[in-house]
Amino acid sequence: MASYETHEHDVIVIGAGGAGLRAAIEASAAGVSVGLICKSLLGKAHTVMAEGGMAAALGNSNPDDSWQVHFRDTMRGGKMVNDWRMAELLAKEAPQRVLELEEWGALFDRTKEGLISQRPFGGHRYPRLAHVGDRTGLEMIKTLQNHGIHQGIEVYMECTILDLMKDGDRVAGAFGYWRESGNFVMFRSKAVVIATGGIGKAYRITSNSWEGTGDGIGLAYRAGAELLDMEFVQFHPTGMVWPPSVRGLLVTEGVRGDGGVLRNSEGKRFMFDHVPPVYRAETAETEEEAMTWIRDPQHKAGRRPPELLTRDVVARCIRAEVREGRGSPHGGVFLDVSSMLDAETIKRKLPGMYHQFMTLAELDITKQPMEVGPTCHYHMGGIRTEADSTRTSVPGLFAAGECAAGLHGANRLGGNSLTDLLVFGRRAGKYAAEYAKDRAQFPAAHEEQAKAIARAADAPFDDGGTENPYQILQDLQQSMETLVGIVRTRSDLEQSIEQIQKLKARAGKVRVEGNRQYNPGWHYALDLRNLLIVSEAVARAALQRKESRGGHTREDYPDASAELEKVNSVLRPVNGSMACQHVARKPMPEELKKILDAADGVVYRK
Amino acid sequence: MAQTTVRILRGERTGKRDYQEFNIDIEEGWVVLDVVHAIQAQQAHDLAVRWNCKAGKCGSCSAEVNGKPRLMCMTRVNQLPAGKPITIEPLKRFPLIKDLVTDVRFNYRVNKTIKPFRPVPRSPDGTYRMMQIDVDRSQEFHTCIECFLCQDVCHVMRDHGREDFAGPRFFVRIASLAMHPLDTENRLQDLKDVHGLGYCNITKCCTEVCPESIHITDNAIIPLKERVAGAYYDPLAWLWRKALGKQAHSK
Repeated sequence: MASYETHEHDVIVIGAGGAGLRAAIEASAAGVSVGLICKSLLGKAHTVMAEGGMAAALGNSNPDDSWQVHFRDTMRGGKMVNDWRMAELLAKEAPQRVLELEEWGALFDRTKEGLISQRPFGGHRYPRLAHVGDRTGLEMIKTLQNHGIHQGIEVYMECTILDLMKDGDRVAGAFGYWRESGNFVMFRSKAVVIATGGIGKAYRITSNSWEGTGDGIGLAYRAGAELLDMEFVQFHPTGMVWPPSVRGLLVTEGVRGDGGVLRNSEGKRFMFDHVPPVYRAETAETEEEAMTWIRDPQHKAGRRPPELLTRDVVARCIRAEVREGRGSPHGGVFLDVSSMLDAETIKRKLPGMYHQFMTLAELDITKQPMEVGPTCHYHMGGIRTEADSTRTSVPGLFAAGECAAGLHGANRLGGNSLTDLLVFGRRAGKYAAEYAKDRAQFPAAHEEQAKAIARAADAPFDDGGTENPYQILQDLQQSMETLVGIVRTRSDLEQSIEQIQKLKARAGKVRVEGNRQYNPGWHYALDLRNLLIVSEAVARAALQRKESRGGHTREDYPDASAELEKVNSVLRPVNGSMACQHVARKPMPEELKKILDAADGVVYRK
Repeated sequence: MAQTTVRILRGERTGKRDYQEFNIDIEEGWVVLDVVHAIQAQQAHDLAVRWNCKAGKCGSCSAEVNGKPRLMCMTRVNQLPAGKPITIEPLKRFPLIKDLVTDVRFNYRVNKTIKPFRPVPRSPDGTYRMMQIDVDRSQEFHTCIECFLCQDVCHVMRDHGREDFAGPRFFVRIASLAMHPLDTENRLQDLKDVHGLGYCNITKCCTEVCPESIHITDNAIIPLKERVAGAYYDPLAWLWRKALGKQAHSK
């Protein structure tokens, strides 16, 4: 095999989106040496696509907001299966993290008083999202990047990690390759933070970029870490549906936050008919009331429009409208902001959306309604971590951001993801640095293991393979879309697990042309391993959870189960195959229970 | 839609570079990046292209389409001349890695040489107060997605290959700091001595190619030039500072 270069850092961070960058900054501040590894160029990670904002109970737009209400909203949005400690930490630490970002140069939109303006979003009781127009993710990643490059962090760009290195039980670093040259590279480290983001590329219609191939989840699983709640996949209600080549591209929830309404082909605002009991007390009953709320700058008059229900609810309703024949010409529904706001305001508040539709769909959103439909957007499940420290079940391995699980339960609220990246990215960096500082010696890096990883990566170039990696990827995406999509049934899920086994066998016979230098065919062939692991995990956990909850809807079990509300799904490798088990959550402390109960006396039942 | 001929300039770091022709069925609504992806999946699995979001937000898929620097993901095929071949080439300014992928690390090195943001202290209540009208100017520059098309087209870099010239992207970055209501750092001397602002002769090529429509020349470069001129080349100001023993300052 080819030789490889070696780098040493106390802590390596895999992934340089919001969570990875924030982790690297924190670890570096703790005085350890940090390597930050990213598949793309720095600043291009999927965080850049986040639009609407970051949720934090700053109370600038409505002084009644507090961490308690944010905690309550997050738990309710997650249908009560969240790790309550994570939700508590998020709600408590979010304001500090937002203000810190401002101190590092972020320029959020302002209120009349000159404070950070906050936008209403689905499932949030009060306007809570600090934002910059509809490009909050760009602001966040550029701020972290421009701050981070001066903190002594070593950045390894366009470098893909193939597998984690282990020394006994403990993580010992990571082994990967440079995309440019195809040469192999070893990173020895005392601690590893995984911050690799989501799994959207397992689905055909997705808002995710090519990077969302579940790498971190695959790496962690192969290294022996437990996965959690893999069945909960968020389909964002509003992705573009036309033209076909941009199907799935995100249309920010900010459109609805700023007044946009959903209508079916009969012109009806269908969301009024689908308000779940738990949200009835705070949702408008008429279009007039919803309009009053939208028009009030503080959003105190009237109640919230039903378009701002949580994403799982809105996505299911849109799907139902389309299936029942009330969809738009290209198989979505209409999202209209043109009749609610004047052209000038739309262009100021939603410049990205205006530009996106104008360029890609030749549609002027200040004059016409958009056509939108559900798109795979976010994965609530992922690597199982401990709330305070973000440590996984593998010593020395930490995880934060979308690839980690627990915080969002069965459904994430819009705006909670960017905050998640900062709050838990920081914690991952802090605790990984502490872990590294407590250990004087680097764990051993075993040559044999490195060689085995490199050999496996080289296999697609061997003679004898016949399968086209692009075709396998497309077949997997089609299978997941059809069988493990928004609405699932036992027979579909069983069929999907069978298909995934067949795809695994095909992936073993993949054949790649050319050489290792910047070869996308080879990259896809290697990414397939991770995608197949996450796909299987999603399907297995979905089969096991016999109820409907948040981002997991079973046609054969349409109701939520009080028993299953107490458990989370844990997946781990047992004798070479994937085992899924339901594990009871720790009971919630009384003071947190009180917050949930005191709010309005309605306990979540779907 | 009809079959279209696509010519892609292919090659590696060293060795010969050649146009390879592909015939491909174009579907409704396609952008140039869709064309490249279709070629990858059907005809040339190892065709190298850099891309991420396919939504005009990350600035990764920069290339020269029919000779013009563009984001491939935001260039609709139906806006190109019908019936004519589409030519796709990598950015000319940067060293080639492979096919449509270039080595843009120069930009990351330049960014590191810019003095970081240095804010004033917070108000006693722990907040920063800024009015929207005061953040508007800098916010325009924050829309930059670092596609480096402006760096590619700028003749100071493209034709003269100057390494001591930061380029339009980084004048935008410096302007975003200089016009940030909270920043206190002085970067005027660096603009003059390190970043080579003087080499820019405001031909506005950068502004023309910016996919975010940032007024690079008018709103970033010219005001920076004025500040540098005011600080270093205004004889009265120079005398005044000399008399008071002060240094040239950005704010």
